[in-house]
Amino acid sequence: MKLFDVIIIGGGVTGAAMARELSRYKLKIALLEKEVELAFGISKSNSGIIHPGTQNPSLSLKGRLCAQGNQLMRGLAQELGVDFKEVGELIVIFQEEEKARLRSIAQEAEALGVPGLQMVDRPWLRQHEPNLSPDIVAALYAPTAGIISPYRLVYDLAENAMKNGVEIYTAHKVTGIIRPADYFEIQSTGGIFRSRYLINAAGLWGDEIANLVGIQDIVIKPRKGEEYLLDKKLENLTNHLVFPLPTPTSKGIIVIKTSDGNPMIGPTAQDGEDKEDLATTDQGLNQVLASAQKLVPAINRDDIIAYFAGLRAVAGDDFIIRHENQCPGLINVVGIQSPGLTCAPAIALMVIEILRQHGLSLQKKRRFYKNRKPFTHLFALPLGKANKVIQKNAAYGDIVCRCEMISAQEIREAIKRGATTLDGIKFRTRAQAGRCHGGFCTTRIMKIMAEELNLPCSEITKRGPGSEIIKASRENEANDIT
Amino acid sequence: MIKKLTCIACPQGCPLIAEIGQGRVSKVSGNKCPKGEEYAKQEIENPQRVLTSTILTQGLALKMAPVRTNKPIPKNKILEAMSEIKKLRLNRPVKVDEVIIENFMELGVDLITTRTVD
Amino acid sequence: MISRDLVIVGGGPAGLAAALAAYENGVKDILLLERDQYLGGILNQCIHPGFGLQYFKAELTGPQYAERFIQKINHIKEIEVSLKSLVVHLTKEKALTYIKPGAMQTLTAKALIMGTGCRERTREMIQIPGTRPAGIFPAGLAQKLINIEGLLPGREVVIIGSGDIGLIMARRFTLEGAQVKAVIEIQKESRGLIRNVVQCLDDFNLPLYLRHKILKIHGKDRVEKVTVAEVDDKLQEIPGTRFELACDTVLISVGLIPENELIEMAGVAMDEKTNSPESSELSTTSIPGLWVCGNAYKIYDVVDGVTRDSAQAGKLAAEYLRNLP
Ligand SMILES: Cc1cc2nc3c(=O)[nH]c(=O)nc-3n(C[C@H](O)[C@H](O)[C@H](O)COP(=O)(O)OP(=O)(O)OC[C@H]3O[C@@H](n4cnc5c(N)ncnc54)[C@H](O)[C@@H]3O)c2cc1C
Ligand code: SF4
Repeated sequence: MKLFDVIIIGGGVTGAAMARELSRYKLKIALLEKEVELAFGISKSNSGIIHPGTQNPSLSLKGRLCAQGNQLMRGLAQELGVDFKEVGELIVIFQEEEKARLRSIAQEAEALGVPGLQMVDRPWLRQHEPNLSPDIVAALYAPTAGIISPYRLVYDLAENAMKNGVEIYTAHKVTGIIRPADYFEIQSTGGIFRSRYLINAAGLWGDEIANLVGIQDIVIKPRKGEEYLLDKKLENLTNHLVFPLPTPTSKGIIVIKTSDGNPMIGPTAQDGEDKEDLATTDQGLNQVLASAQKLVPAINRDDIIAYFAGLRAVAGDDFIIRHENQCPGLINVVGIQSPGLTCAPAIALMVIEILRQHGLSLQKKRRFYKNRKPFTHLFALPLGKANKVIQKNAAYGDIVCRCEMISAQEIREAIKRGATTLDGIKFRTRAQAGRCHGGFCTTRIMKIMAEELNLPCSEITKRGPGSEIIKASRENEANDIT
Repeated sequence: MIKKLTCIACPQGCPLIAEIGQGRVSKVSGNKCPKGEEYAKQEIENPQRVLTSTILTQGLALKMAPVRTNKPIPKNKILEAMSEIKKLRLNRPVKVDEVIIENFMELGVDLITTRTVD
Repeated sequence: MISRDLVIVGGGPAGLAAALAAYENGVKDILLLERDQYLGGILNQCIHPGFGLQYFKAELTGPQYAERFIQKINHIKEIEVSLKSLVVHLTKEKALTYIKPGAMQTLTAKALIMGTGCRERTREMIQIPGTRPAGIFPAGLAQKLINIEGLLPGREVVIIGSGDIGLIMARRFTLEGAQVKAVIEIQKESRGLIRNVVQCLDDFNLPLYLRHKILKIHGKDRVEKVTVAEVDDKLQEIPGTRFELACDTVLISVGLIPENELIEMAGVAMDEKTNSPESSELSTTSIPGLWVCGNAYKIYDVVDGVTRDSAQAGKLAAEYLRNLP
């Protein structure tokens, strides 16, 4: 049986970033993911903010990795062709007395080296953010805050990691781990794997993986965050990310810009027990709306076009990133709550350092492909360019999702790059994510999937087994020929 | 006996009152046009509906060909007719309104296509 | 840039009627753009009867109704039909860009008629709380899956909203052997035509819950059940009336919205509430030489009205072209 050098459990942004970073070295690497596609855990449902480092204490792991991750993300996004945009953030206050809190946030951030911080006053705000509530008296401006598409980041990291030799196994849920000698034997729903080092990046389920090797002191609790997307027509509602003052458990309800253009409001922060409870609630909606309207009064309930809930994996106040001496070779990377998306590239470097300290020899490959073949998104092109693309390949002119202008060619390309479900297609291409929510394009997408994946339509799922779209087909009933 | 019903012969949906004696309708009121009276009589004495559905095709441009009965059939035959229709498979091009099955289920109606399928 | 006398966007009943009327009133250069592979628009999936009672004095199905117009159009060589052609850009000078396989075209229209139809209001627009599993369908999508693709998207169905498509689909699911557990309507009366309540629900003894509202959708991968409660006059839940319905499918039939993003892009004055153009007279807009007809203009109950009014728009466009200097 093949012996891997490193196996990563979990194909979220943490796992994918590590896989890509490790793929620079002469190592045999595999990533195991329980869902049928990557990024179906926490990494698919979050705010997509690349935080500057203004939200966490300078002495915390979160704080340090966030500031570093923010810097690293830029280079990474460029190499992979991910849509990172630096938009800047404002932390706003409604009372003069709150200025002291802004100053202490600024001090902490400066200690982390966050550049460009600036206190801005009413006239500045009026000029740069005309839609903000007139009750806002001042704000701390952090220009390095950015936005990214969180799932596309995961897919792009993984694609590039694969290009550099990482083996990725989806629908492989890890169910058992033993250490028969100086390697791990990992049982999964897709077979047995062996590896010298093991990284646990299983998100919400990180405690269960740790439990499999007898580590009991990690407990992960889900903290729910509901988010509400607004119509794209409001793309320019704000020019920056707008935060209230943070509370002890959360950053508060934010008015967010997203890389797809739709503004978003949220997230709530609700502690719970059920790691699969992704339901949104009336209370959540009302809270988000009321809080967002305090920041930007023009926001209306009717502007909402989509919503979702995500669960943060909380294991105490900070991340847990450590080598387990009681189980040599195992590195836990768990409790990666917010701002885990931002931190991912920095976490990857930190973990590599831990691996080196614990005896993994790291030799750079002669040839590392740092770039990824770009994905042509018709909607992102100016009309003239789009025309050229269509003339070169007719299928780009065959529009499937008309709300978002996604062509048959893009759907096929997404499938070629690993999409096997309707959600996977949506996350990669935006098809079904527009105003009609797939009302018009779902059938066509299913047909293209059936063709490309060589499946009957009845086996096509939203996000894996159990989420089939179709219950029955006439095909199975008809017999007589007229 | 008096029976209330709603005319479905057109989108107006007039509320009808039918007076019934010896199983037959003797008087209808509430209808805005003569079709309402006809409908009430039919509905009480022998309720009927047009059935529309689709049949599977083979080797044609569309996967399903829409079909209908060219005249109403008794309401209590509808589900049986559906199970017959589900068994059919069309493997020749058809024009709109082309008869697929004459005297469908011996009901005195034809099953016809409602779209040209090449 | 290429210039055409009359461009019509949309090959549904509105566009078809407008094209025919414009031709009959003397327009001899007409380009009809349709994004689908066929003409007929939404009528193609409306295989039920109920079309043409006024216009043809016969009760036709959707495809039959459409085909009567399509056959005429196909015989008129002055009407050029371009299928699989999606208009993506429009300016106030009536310059439009459309995409089709292998080509992107930009041209100006001397006169322009938009018959772009409507889309369904979604679960998201009425913000039904709960999870987002497979099994939640806009009613029109379910209709397309069953009628066009021969695929049955559910076996135990709860329908939210009693719009006509929802009612029609209640019958269609029943005929295909699925069980319709309930139609839930928040108002006191059905939103659809009474005749559809009678022939789609009553005929099959399907329950219609008026003055009820859905509180939550449950299910992880596939819909498992919904929570429903009765509401009072202010549409607020009446305590103690909650109940659950097990189902694998939720259909959303809570109304239609005109599709007018293109004219909005061109700067036509819009009525934000209805998403239709501000209009002083039937089909007119704030841009001279640009008309909107059919469900894009306002949501019609029956297609006959669409045909009548869209033909009028075609006639207006013909007059406009005649009077151009
Ligand atoms: C509402 C919300 C908003 C947020 N906003 C932001 C933000 O704006 N900016 C930011 O920086 N961060 C944000 N975060 C935090 C960020 O989303 C997370 O920190 C990050 O996505 C965590 O990634 P992960 O890879 O650790 O976890 P995940 O993405 O959950 O990945 C773990 C993976 O492990 C898999 N797995 C689990 N068990 C097994 C097993 N037994 N075998 C195999 N595979 C297994 C899971 O299926 C999953 O795919 C937000 C979080 C939430 C909930
Ligand atoms: S009585 Fe006449 S007008 Fe009234 S619903 Fe029946 S057909 Fe229509």
